[in-house]
Amino acid sequence: MSLVLHWWTVVAVVAGAFFFLAGTVGLLRFPDSFTRLHALTKADNLGLGLVVLGLLPQVDNVSAALKLVCIWALVLLSGATASQLIARSLRRDGSRS
Amino acid sequence: MNDVLNLGLVVLILGLAVWTIVAREAYAAVVGFIAYGLLLTLVWVQLHGIDVALTEAAIGGGLTGALLIGAAARLRSTEAAARAERPGPATRWVAALVSVAVTAALGLCVLVLPVPAPTLAPEVAANIAVTEVLNPITAVLLAFRAMDTLLEAIVLLFALIGVWSLAPDHAWGGRPGLLQQAEPDGMLAYAARVLPPIGIVAGMYIFWVGADHPGGKFQGATILAAMWLLVMMAGLADAPPIRRAWLRWLLVAGPLAFIGIGVVGAMSAGAFLAYPHGFAKPLILVIEFALMPTLTLILGLMLLGAPRRGEAS
Repeated sequence: MSLVLHWWTVVAVVAGAFFFLAGTVGLLRFPDSFTRLHALTKADNLGLGLVVLGLLPQVDNVSAALKLVCIWALVLLSGATASQLIARSLRRDGSRS
Repeated sequence: MNDVLNLGLVVLILGLAVWTIVAREAYAAVVGFIAYGLLLTLVWVQLHGIDVALTEAAIGGGLTGALLIGAAARLRSTEAAARAERPGPATRWVAALVSVAVTAALGLCVLVLPVPAPTLAPEVAANIAVTEVLNPITAVLLAFRAMDTLLEAIVLLFALIGVWSLAPDHAWGGRPGLLQQAEPDGMLAYAARVLPPIGIVAGMYIFWVGADHPGGKFQGATILAAMWLLVMMAGLADAPPIRRAWLRWLLVAGPLAFIGIGVVGAMSAGAFLAYPHGFAKPLILVIEFALMPTLTLILGLMLLGAPRRGEAS
């Protein structure tokens, strides 16, 4: 059982790292701010989510696991809010000019 | 494996530091500085200085970063003019020489430190039981070096007065910052309704565990100040006019309570800021509770800046 959990951690964290890598490449290579925002939020939401899911079997107690999930939820909330605000201000600037 | 990680951190930090210095735009330099602060947080974690890491993340990266973003935004209109008047080669050479000399002197100081470095850590460890506080950082900050913490709080108060003194005459006593007009049903207002309950719990938790675990009033107050700022930025509440008596009293309440307890210590325990035997923990708690609202207000108001509008608007 513990071997399965270890492999789950390895697979999930590697997958999360892949999304961070893909998000970073997108941030550097995508042509405009909207697509760059898209790349960035994918890294935050999916990458961090997979890393958290992967680390869950490795923690000792429920409260540490809850803290990890809370961190993910808070990053989801702040990432979604910030990217919405940036996108909205971009669109306003774009329509003005 | 850990060494590779640490080496990577060092390379990244040095690279970011250089990038922050050579960046031509103030805004780019600020972004570099914030990332630098976050990486520095990781360094402190690696050095097992969790308290310092928390402070660096909250104040060094977060709050200072927000202050600098505001400053960069205000400097933007003058930036082109400032860049146009480049200093002459003589000035630049002198500046480079002085910088190199300071760096060399600092490096020399670090290299000639005796090994092992002189430390008071064993004495702190031997005497920490008297304070009944389990977190050695808190014991040092509020018992063995309480004077430093008191002066820190007072310095922050002076800094806020310095910010206020930039107010134009007609706005003196009025509300700091601009009137925020976010959409009442927009994303920002939504976040400003959802996040503060969580943030207040997290801030108070970090404040409360500071006695026995990493955490404390500075980190907790920064989180509370951030929540307050979020609510004001979303237009759900307005900044208080700085002429309000309750505001001024809260701003001095923390340092006053601290000084009061210090004077009591001078009379009952023989030295300023000494705690009578057996009362160390309760008195430390009183000081922390008194400083918390003061620090929250100071940090929040410092980010809002000088008063810019009258009381009505």
